[in-house]
Amino acid sequence: MATALLYMPKTARRGEVITLKAVFSHPMETGYRRDVAGKPILRDIITTFTCRYEGVEVFRADFHAAIAANPFISFTTVATSSGQVIFTWTDGAGKSWSETAQLSVSA
Amino acid sequence: MIPVMSSTVRWAASQLVVSTLLMIAAVEIAFSQGIPSGELRSGFDTMGPETQGMQRDDTRNPAMLWVLEGSRHWTTDPGNGKPACSGCHGDAPQSMKGVAIRYPVHDPSTGKPVDLAGRIQQCQSIRQDAAANPRESRPLLALSAYVALQSRSMRIDPSADERLAPARESGRQLFTTRVGQLNLSCAQCHDDNRGKRLGGSLIPQGHSNGYPLYRLEWQGVGSLQRRIRNCLTGVRAEPYTYGDSALIDLEIYLRERAVGLMMEAPAVRP
Repeated sequence: MATALLYMPKTARRGEVITLKAVFSHPMETGYRRDVAGKPILRDIITTFTCRYEGVEVFRADFHAAIAANPFISFTTVATSSGQVIFTWTDGAGKSWSETAQLSVSA
Repeated sequence: MIPVMSSTVRWAASQLVVSTLLMIAAVEIAFSQGIPSGELRSGFDTMGPETQGMQRDDTRNPAMLWVLEGSRHWTTDPGNGKPACSGCHGDAPQSMKGVAIRYPVHDPSTGKPVDLAGRIQQCQSIRQDAAANPRESRPLLALSAYVALQSRSMRIDPSADERLAPARESGRQLFTTRVGQLNLSCAQCHDDNRGKRLGGSLIPQGHSNGYPLYRLEWQGVGSLQRRIRNCLTGVRAEPYTYGDSALIDLEIYLRERAVGLMMEAPAVRP
């Protein structure tokens, strides 16, 4: 079960700069470690994070093996119109998770 | 963040820690007198400002992922007709407020002390008729973190049950008894040499007020028992198995020792 925490305002004024934060539950296994039996632990990392707001990509980040487990990300965007904010994480195997939040913008 | 170190640097660092431990062991240390109440410091006070910032702001505290999972487990029934946690206990923010600050408690049904994780396991196996989550498993840590969160910012208030007295005394004995190849007791570091440095790291007072907590070194949430087992491995003693009565006794003593501090669970530590 993928777990993520999203933090962003529910409402904003048009033109306001809003901060969006997300924490995603993921081991970010580097692939460099070995288990107790000496067998290499396969790499398992989030490689891409994107945020789409009203269908437009407003933020994208590429992750690499040096990012800690349970990655935290914080960024800003400008509130333009009410709509859905979709956060998407994709791992190295192409598996993808999404979380959606609603932003309501007043004039 | 975990600094990237080459294996040589890491080996050298571990040798430094070991030699420092050996130096401490070699110095004759007076019998521990404990910590005067005016000098009590939570691990929070002695860690770096970045780590403090992570704990202060729940949106940056990764332990909140475990809390979120715990809140889901709280309301999920075991699927055998028995109630979910919430079926008996209702809303955790009300019913579990002030619970974690008094644990471990005496359990009349077994005649033994039980800690918070043990109590959750007991509820799962007896009242929910389900397989209890094993110690240190993610669901059990998540439930413990969720229950402990409800006591946040409350003062530690250990159970005053007289039947806990022998276990508390046993915990104190364990805390002050030298163990392992390095022949060190818990008290020699966490009472006598608190605030000094072991290698590059500050020696904290070793309080239990933040557990279960997110440790950056673990890259995850862990229990007080995991922390104690880490320390035992550090002095090269054989760690007790999870749930062992010796670990529960230590938890009881540590609760008593942290009186005066506030509950911080789920905290963040380096």
